[in-house]
Amino acid sequence: MKIMVLVKQVPDTWGERTLDLTTGWVDRAATDRVIDEIGERALEVALSRRDANKGTEVVVVTMGPAECTAALRKALSMGADSAIHVLDDALAGADLGRTARAIAAAVSGTGFDLIVAGNESTDGRGGVLPAMVAELLRLPHLGSLDSVELTDSTVGGLRSTEHGTATVHAALPAIVSITESLPEARFPSFKGILTAKKKPISQLSLADLGSTFAQTPGTVIRQATAKPPRTAGTITVDSGTAAAELAEFLIAARLVPSPPTR
Amino acid sequence: MHTLTEDQAAIVDAVRSFATSALAPNAIEWDQTKHFPVDVLRDAGELGLGGIYVREDVGGSGLSRSDAVLIFEELAKGDTTIAAYISIHNMVVWMIDTFGTDEQRERWVPGLASMDELSSYCLTEPGAGSDAAAITTSAVRDGDEFVLNGVKQFISGAGASAIYIVMARTGAAGPKGISAIVVPAGTPGLSFGPNERKMGWNAQPTRQVVLDRVRVPVGNLLGEEGDGFTIAMKGLNGGRLNVAACSLGGAQWALDQSIAYLRQRRAFGQPLAAQQSLVFAIADMETELQAARALLRVAAQSLDDGDADAVALCAMAKRFTTDVAFTVANSALQLHGGYGYLADYGIEKVVRDLRVHQILEGSNEIMRLIVGRSLLEDSP
Repeated sequence: MKIMVLVKQVPDTWGERTLDLTTGWVDRAATDRVIDEIGERALEVALSRRDANKGTEVVVVTMGPAECTAALRKALSMGADSAIHVLDDALAGADLGRTARAIAAAVSGTGFDLIVAGNESTDGRGGVLPAMVAELLRLPHLGSLDSVELTDSTVGGLRSTEHGTATVHAALPAIVSITESLPEARFPSFKGILTAKKKPISQLSLADLGSTFAQTPGTVIRQATAKPPRTAGTITVDSGTAAAELAEFLIAARLVPSPPTR
Repeated sequence: MHTLTEDQAAIVDAVRSFATSALAPNAIEWDQTKHFPVDVLRDAGELGLGGIYVREDVGGSGLSRSDAVLIFEELAKGDTTIAAYISIHNMVVWMIDTFGTDEQRERWVPGLASMDELSSYCLTEPGAGSDAAAITTSAVRDGDEFVLNGVKQFISGAGASAIYIVMARTGAAGPKGISAIVVPAGTPGLSFGPNERKMGWNAQPTRQVVLDRVRVPVGNLLGEEGDGFTIAMKGLNGGRLNVAACSLGGAQWALDQSIAYLRQRRAFGQPLAAQQSLVFAIADMETELQAARALLRVAAQSLDDGDADAVALCAMAKRFTTDVAFTVANSALQLHGGYGYLADYGIEKVVRDLRVHQILEGSNEIMRLIVGRSLLEDSP
């Protein structure tokens, strides 16, 4: 079985994340760059399948600037067999649609059985990329799974919804996205780190992906402004009615449900 | 500046990520509750920390001593006690890998390298510490078995370990009458004293190991009869480097905390960092740690290269680094004022933990003896 895992390099979730106001893009230089944790969990899904089934091949896929190689090396040191890096300056600032087309083109023709991704990234938080890739590849898509059951010919799992839990499944090939309910990823082993250097990373440019990607993105950020500084909130001084005032404030801000009308 | 190779930098990164996520957030709690986190040690084994410089065919990581000191420095920034236990475990695993037969290596090393099984090094006795050649625990040959009798003192991991390497007397008095024998947990006659109450190193158990007519097959002998003292001392060369690296990491962490504290804490209308006497204090701390780090790396390289002066250099590095690191940690406590004395800040724990590094793996007085004698013997 060949499993493709979509990973994304993001600014460290625990650091201060900033936008470059001239481009409207994430300022990648402002913080440490890490593999999005949910992407690591997606990789763990693939690696644990391989632990139990020899002959499983795990390929990590990313799109991004040259420094994303570090993220791919880490994924390789955790145990992925090879990596695909979609790398082209012309893709800087690509919107979700363009990113999805690039990734779909990069993985099509590789003979994969399953694509695993996180349900959303901690920086962009679009949460739709896996579905877009599925649409482009005409594949079944199981989104936001809290658990993954994988057989030789099917993939399934549980998805929590507002109303309950859905049990979903699809025939392979398919694409799934997972939530943070899936187990944390393993640490890379020393042996993995030392062998990661010898594992192949294939770089694909726009030209390698085919002519359809020469088009401009569907959306462009025209203007970005910094978040206004926080202002002081409402201060309630207790003169006997603070509890009621506090309740009204919370209800008005829709932070608690309104009381039933009588 | 000593630059790391690309591989070393990647390995240190991986250890940092393990130490900051799996060790550091729990270190104070484990110390306060005297909890030995065997589950976390198993995760450490997954990383490759169970057999750092053990050969790969039996599950080791196949790295060098120079790599190991980098690893232990980084690990100790997360938790000095756990790092130090992993150092002892590595010493034992290396002894089996180096002096064991292929059959012995295949039997014991894989479980130890993965840290599914832990190990203990049993040399010191109630009546024999620095004078290690004076041990009295006996191993008497009886057919295809050794029968061991005696008591081992200050044994790290005792009670939790699966494998005990016991140095026991199989022959005449003195170092040449000692053999190294592997005693597995659960062997009838093997028992343990209560967990010692101690100043630091609370997150790992320290107990007596009591051997009362313990029978093990002669196949559990490492090397030949009479090799035990040499094997034990060779193990300690690396053990000294690693425990020095643990001191270095603990002290570096305490210094890093102090720098942050000097910037943030205000007194007399300005940050502490504006007080020149305190600036001088952190300058001295950094200088001494860098000097220790440089010596430690030279010593590790000499052990990797098998230099003739490796034993003396390991002793120098152990003596100097553990002394300097304790002083730095103690200075860090002083810089933190009353907060340094509180458990919540973690500084007092490092001071308590590092104190014993000046005593064990050969006391710092024995280190001076090794260094001084090597000078007198080498001189014409």
